[in-house]
Amino acid sequence: MTLTDATTPTRPSRRRLSTSKAMVEGIAQEMERDPDVFVLGEDVGAYGGIFSSTTGLLDRFGPERVLDTPISETAFIGMAVGAAVEGMRPIVELMFADFFGVCMDQIYNHMAKIHFESGGNVRVPMVLTTAVGGGYSDGAQHSQCLWGTFAHLPGMKVVVPSTPADAKGLMISAIRDDNPVVYMFHKGIMGLPWMAKNPRSVEPVPEESYEVPIGKANVVRPGSDVTIVTLSLSVHHALDVADELAGDGVDCEVIDLRSIVPLDTGTILESVGRTGRLVVVDEDYLSFGLSGEVIARVAESDPAMLRAPAARVAVPDLPIPYARSLEYAVLPTADRIRRAVLRTVGT
Amino acid sequence: MDSQLTLDLYRTMVLIRTFEEAILREYHADKKPVFDIGAGQIPGEMHLAAGQEPVAAGVCAHLTTDDAVTATHRPHHFAIAHGVDLRRMAAEIFGRVDGLGRGRGGHMHLFDPGTHFSCSGIIAEGYPPALGQALAFRRRGTDRIAVAVTGEGAANQGAFHESLNLAALWKLPVVFIVEDNDWGISVPRSVSTCVTSNADRAAGYDMPGERVEDNSVEAVYEAAGRAVERARAGLGPSLIEVHTLRLWGHFEGDAQGYRSDLEGVPGRDPIPTYEAALRRGGVLDDIGVKNAQEAARQRVEDAIAFARQSAEPDPASALDHVFA
Ligand SMILES: Cc1ncc(C[n+]2csc(CCOP(=O)(O)OP(=O)(O)O)c2C)c(N)n1
Ligand SMILES: [Mg+2]
Repeated sequence: MTLTDATTPTRPSRRRLSTSKAMVEGIAQEMERDPDVFVLGEDVGAYGGIFSSTTGLLDRFGPERVLDTPISETAFIGMAVGAAVEGMRPIVELMFADFFGVCMDQIYNHMAKIHFESGGNVRVPMVLTTAVGGGYSDGAQHSQCLWGTFAHLPGMKVVVPSTPADAKGLMISAIRDDNPVVYMFHKGIMGLPWMAKNPRSVEPVPEESYEVPIGKANVVRPGSDVTIVTLSLSVHHALDVADELAGDGVDCEVIDLRSIVPLDTGTILESVGRTGRLVVVDEDYLSFGLSGEVIARVAESDPAMLRAPAARVAVPDLPIPYARSLEYAVLPTADRIRRAVLRTVGT
Repeated sequence: MDSQLTLDLYRTMVLIRTFEEAILREYHADKKPVFDIGAGQIPGEMHLAAGQEPVAAGVCAHLTTDDAVTATHRPHHFAIAHGVDLRRMAAEIFGRVDGLGRGRGGHMHLFDPGTHFSCSGIIAEGYPPALGQALAFRRRGTDRIAVAVTGEGAANQGAFHESLNLAALWKLPVVFIVEDNDWGISVPRSVSTCVTSNADRAAGYDMPGERVEDNSVEAVYEAAGRAVERARAGLGPSLIEVHTLRLWGHFEGDAQGYRSDLEGVPGRDPIPTYEAALRRGGVLDDIGVKNAQEAARQRVEDAIAFARQSAEPDPASALDHVFA
């Protein structure tokens, strides 16, 4: 079963799960189905993942398939690469995306390049899961999104769910994919009991196994005045703004990218072609990243599509500050999104 | 050991504990009834060092503020023992303009050029910069040294091993400290580490390695004395691992459900143990204990009050300090 639109599952389910539980259910169903799937990383065993991305898997599948590693990311991510090359399907967790600095070589020079360098003869079917995002004052080394950095480097797919149903379906697709897939989950979408959460972090999730296709964006709110292209936690801020502005007669279309690599250019162009206005909301850094890429795709296709200048709401090229007053001044908050949308429709 | 020195070590430990208890109180004060990590006057992750006071007190007693210390995500005890200003440190933890980093850094990112103190939230990544500080001190013809601190979990990280080799190769004036508190978040050292003592690893890098087994501040002081003397004399680095204690959770909010040794933890608290030893030795009595606690309380509460009254950073200044 393929679920193309998470908001309308083929078999409606009333069972509601948090995003973290949905993600774990996806992993568990694949582990049941395929003995080659296994999980490794720091604190993925008894702790169940710092952000509950592996809760209960140790009890269910045992320490042979759910492995707590030393704090040695180069060694254990490289180990996942080697196991994948031999046909296993490892899911390896980098606790925070911010920590990629200590292990990036295994990720971008090995995981991402082996298939190409082998002329297509070697496959690296693995999933690299990692937590991203800020908003809770965790400072400059624990709050970044960095998906633009991963997406910039060729050879790995990059998926970024924003809802429980997509978290499960994208996980299953990522595990089954014969390519390395970086699966980036925002801490603020997980539905964690110890962190402020958006109301959509607990939602209906189909019980059966299903895939959400990688590379397919989701129009989560149709609209005619302006297209908001976004992803991850920002989808929820964008939806809140869209609901609010509907009362003022501004009809926003909201696109949840879900995948960055491959990027669903078709859905973006189709939407902007209709609305003529584009706001990109991205919790990653502003320059040289996703927001510029989305606008470039539109400009490359037909610059005349835009009836107003495109707008970007992103982190304005500074490390994420600790103090709440500063962090919320630079995150893509609902307030900043609203102002960008109004500026865009006003022109 | 000289009784003035033992009293100083004791007072440093009490000061650290008093600070950590005050931060604990302030951190949780407005996160009730439901714990929300991002809420309250001190938001974010909070890694407190209660139980690990002997390491910082014993090592830093050999240093002046001309020496450098690079610490970890759990930095307060070393900052205090090294002489970082309590007021500005507390203000940074509160994210205020008078903080060490004007509220930009937070509790894992305390930078104090005045005492050459720094820390990092990335495991083992405080080791390499210590080498550079040591190199600078030597090139300038001084006998200043750098102390690099990390946890036992970090000793399995590449940066740890690269730093040991390079420091030994170039005979840099560095003292490497490993705080073995038995746990790297939920992972016990027996599950993460192939050797029973990280001091054994020093042999592979041609430097002296010593393990202090019982979290005793005096034993740490003596081991550190040897290592600091060697570094100041230009003979190169040493490594000391201290078997210490994580008295509380990995971070605040950690329910520690994974922790098998929890029952024995309170009995291993190093401060009552040392206090009792000093009482037996006639160095400390009720009045001495009370004085130490009261002096610490005053300094700490003054720092907390300073932090509280300091302003929150102006959002309009958010883009400041990205470049010099
Ligand atoms: C490179 C990197 N990997 C993982 C983490 C997440 N992390 C933070 S503290 C910690 C455990 C550290 O254990 P240890 O070195 O023993 O220090 P302790 O917390 O016990 O003081 C981990 C895994 C990190 N901050 N940096
Ligand atoms: Mg430890």
